[in-house]
Amino acid sequence: MTAVPSGDTPYATPITLTALASLLESRTGQRIAPNRAWRIDTALKPLAAENGLGSIDELVGHVRGGSNPALADRIVDALLNQETSFFRDAGAIEAAAEAIASIAPGTPRIWCAGCATGQEPLSLAIAFAERGGALADLIATDVSAAAIARARAGRFTQFEIQRGLPIRRMLRWFEQDGDDWVAQAELVRRIVWRRSNLVVDAAPGGRFDAVFCRNVLFYLAPEMRTRVLDLIAGSLRPGGLLMLGAGETVIGQSGRFVPSKRFRGLYELLPAR
Amino acid sequence: MKSCLVVDDSKVIRKVARHILEGLDFTVSEAADGREALDACLASTPDVILLDWNMPVMSGMDFLRALRETPLGARPKVVFCTTENGVAHIRAAIEAGADEYVMKPFDRETLQSKLQIVGAA
Ligand SMILES: C[S@@+](CC[C@H](N)C(=O)[O-])C[C@H]1O[C@@H](n2cnc3c(N)ncnc32)[C@H](O)[C@@H]1O
Ligand SMILES: [Mg+2]
Repeated sequence: MTAVPSGDTPYATPITLTALASLLESRTGQRIAPNRAWRIDTALKPLAAENGLGSIDELVGHVRGGSNPALADRIVDALLNQETSFFRDAGAIEAAAEAIASIAPGTPRIWCAGCATGQEPLSLAIAFAERGGALADLIATDVSAAAIARARAGRFTQFEIQRGLPIRRMLRWFEQDGDDWVAQAELVRRIVWRRSNLVVDAAPGGRFDAVFCRNVLFYLAPEMRTRVLDLIAGSLRPGGLLMLGAGETVIGQSGRFVPSKRFRGLYELLPAR
Repeated sequence: MKSCLVVDDSKVIRKVARHILEGLDFTVSEAADGREALDACLASTPDVILLDWNMPVMSGMDFLRALRETPLGARPKVVFCTTENGVAHIRAAIEAGADEYVMKPFDRETLQSKLQIVGAA
């Protein structure tokens, strides 16, 4: 006989997994990638335990029929892939900052859509500060309230701070606090942080010179991708730039952008027909 | 293929680092202290050195200062890799000529990203 050790959460049943997948997709458009399905148990165990529930099936039972929206939010949060790093894709942020500075030399407006815990907009803020360039607006949004709260605090563990951040930049822009590293207020203050859902909410107001939407569209259903790209297109000024993740493309997803001839790796908004 | 010299008095750390580095296509050699590392560098200069701080015989700092004085000593990129995680230590390492700095414990992504930063991966 095998006894389940007390305190251990049994694996979720297929029905529960399906319910979780549709909860996540209906809220965020994100689909659970088959190669990440194994993470569901790990991701939700702490939440089940925190609520005194013995299994993930019970946890999902508690939010069925919209009965507990706050708990459903926390479940969605825990299921989202929020992997990120500073200066992700070596050299990409610096190159983008240069491109943006050249099309909007005065005071560029930038939107980071799906900013996770803030490493991407902070990297941009660093890149602009080091260029000595002004920034009019840097608006960073994410569907996850927990991620936005963390981003706003600007606090990173030793593991997080080392991912992609050169040591001299770490010393210049962060302060050590115990084992954590905290972004200088000067840097965090440049960024407006906001919880916002790309598949439901309106884009932040005004026209942007550039939008970053990296590693967000990847797990969206194709029609959802087109919708989000339309939203982004509507928020860019003519000739504005879009940056996607290294493995992502607009090709076949949207007719509103073309790969930029001037700026490698970036897309340009086509003039409206 | 790039070469990396792993300098650490812990056999376990050397083994872990070797595993990660070989996965990133590096040719790996090892040294257990600064003295051994200097000898290794004089015999053949690696592209990158992953350098522990606290070691018997010769510390990472003493090694780094000595290395930078040797004829080819400016060439290898030096990435400190140590449990010393205070600002004062990090500044001292940079002043002594370190190119990058990894605070232990580290994982594959951290090491890879630091090697990319120094232009080695
Ligand atoms: C893998 S992270 C990428 C973070 C960062 N852009 C990067 O490339 O490093 C994806 C982020 O997109 C967010 N996200 C997913 N669906 C979203 C939606 N519908 N609206 C806004 N953000 C969303 C997730 O919460 C997560 O923080
Ligand atoms: Mg040691």
